[in-house]
Amino acid sequence: MADSATIIATTGAPSRGRRRLQALARQPKVVWGGGFILFLVVVALAAPLIAPHDPLAQDLMSGTLPPLGFADYDPGFLLGTDDLGRDVLSRLIYGTRIALTVAFVAATLAALVGTLLGLLAGYFRGVTDTVVSRLIEIWMAFPPVLLSILVVAIMGSGVTSVIAAIAIIDWTRFARVVRAETMAQAQGDYVTAARTLGFGRWTILFREILPNVAPVLLALITLEMGIAVIVEAILSFVGLSVSSDTPTWGGMIAQGRQIIYQAWWVFAAPLAALFATVLAFNQLGDGLRRALDPVMQR
Amino acid sequence: MSDPLTISEQALIDARGVVVAYGGQRSAFGRAKPEKRVLHGVDVVIGRGQTVGIVGESGSGKTTLGRALLGLVPVADGSIRFDRHEIVGLKEDALRPLRKRMQMIFQDPMSSLNPRHDIRHILIAPLLLHGLARDRREAEVQVRAVLDRVGLPASALERYPHELSGGQRQRVGIARAVVLAPDFVLADEIVSGLDVSTQAQVLQLLGELKRDMNLSMAFISHDLSVVRAVCDRVYVLSGGRVVEQGACEQVFASPHHDYTKVLIDAIPLPVIDPQWLGRGQRST
Repeated sequence: MADSATIIATTGAPSRGRRRLQALARQPKVVWGGGFILFLVVVALAAPLIAPHDPLAQDLMSGTLPPLGFADYDPGFLLGTDDLGRDVLSRLIYGTRIALTVAFVAATLAALVGTLLGLLAGYFRGVTDTVVSRLIEIWMAFPPVLLSILVVAIMGSGVTSVIAAIAIIDWTRFARVVRAETMAQAQGDYVTAARTLGFGRWTILFREILPNVAPVLLALITLEMGIAVIVEAILSFVGLSVSSDTPTWGGMIAQGRQIIYQAWWVFAAPLAALFATVLAFNQLGDGLRRALDPVMQR
Repeated sequence: MSDPLTISEQALIDARGVVVAYGGQRSAFGRAKPEKRVLHGVDVVIGRGQTVGIVGESGSGKTTLGRALLGLVPVADGSIRFDRHEIVGLKEDALRPLRKRMQMIFQDPMSSLNPRHDIRHILIAPLLLHGLARDRREAEVQVRAVLDRVGLPASALERYPHELSGGQRQRVGIARAVVLAPDFVLADEIVSGLDVSTQAQVLQLLGELKRDMNLSMAFISHDLSVVRAVCDRVYVLSGGRVVEQGACEQVFASPHHDYTKVLIDAIPLPVIDPQWLGRGQRST
């Protein structure tokens, strides 16, 4: 036991935040996934500066120009143009804005609602749990895409409706996982210890249990952001997202589908962006879960 | 020592006819699950400054009894008085002022210390909660003193539980139990997860703390040799009932109940190997 002092003393103590950052930087999934998301955020914020053209400017004389590397391409339109002569790259860049807004806001809202209900159900059990669990079961019996179409149809199209639809539908993902995790954590001796020390129920729930649910939650939020991007694209595809004068990836895919034989790139470019974004969110989520778990860190 | 049942006015904890049953509550749909009785009317008296052993095999109800004494499990029947305050049926809020006077040390410090909090937070938060320190700085001073008392360096404050060894973690568990200067500490199988030399150190530390702070202790264990070493009185539990109780030496010297005899016979005795010394020399 005498040497325990020296063991602790000699290991040196970098600050807590610094150690967290180092753990994050060691995860290649966090670096690549997070790096790509960060790149998208910059693109979305700087869209007016970096987009080579006005995303809405039509030029019927230069319609369906192919992308770089194909016959008859125009160096002014790196990813080609659609049938109305609008620059695909510029539309892609502006589409990032809607995609990320929906991803961040909708996933956060769904997480807030689901986490709160999951925590309450998992910790207080009894009637609270019965009510929340039945609600989840009923909710999950609805077909999600059709339910979201219904929500948007009732609320009217627009970004707000899309975000609301995603939060209203997907809170169950969070509630289920958080409920189960809370139940498991509540059995832990550290919760009994907190009770013995005299901490109140809410303090135990939010200060003791929630931090232990957080890694799972964070991974889930990131995955949900990927899902939100897809849902927004689906709603855009069926024409229920934002109005057609705002470029969105889903809207571009819908438009590209109609002219896929004349200009496949109008379809392929947003699809590639969608794929890369969802992949990045998923990788980031998995990496975060690994990096933030204090026991897995070792 | 006089019979502690007759000096109950001096007792810190006086539990009579404690019945604990699990299940039995109605679910939201009105179906009642059959209840399962874990304790069938148990009497336990713990005097001030006394260490009481609670022994029994797995499932005998010893852990449930310990938790009932701390008001952690609902008691179906009977009475538990802590320093003459009845705690059975008290709501959590009403129990809070008494909470700081009764603490617990757990079997597995890895699971009883929140992995998300560093040692500083784990030790300071209870002091601030009960107003035993006016601010963080004052709490920090007290926490450093306790840490020193349990034999841990101040640098452990920056650590998270998983960064400490098993023995160090159990010392943190002990520090957390005594940081509020309680009257009573429940020790639930606290050395069974430690190796033998660490066990001895932890038990010695506990003995010192008990003496210095005039603690009453309940020592739950299935290891009778440990109980024999630290306890004044012992209660033998079997199937949720006390089958034997009395002063420690007396129970060990002349057990009355068959179950106690079985438990005592199960203590592994050291078998002296005459060649032991010689073997040690050859290997070095």
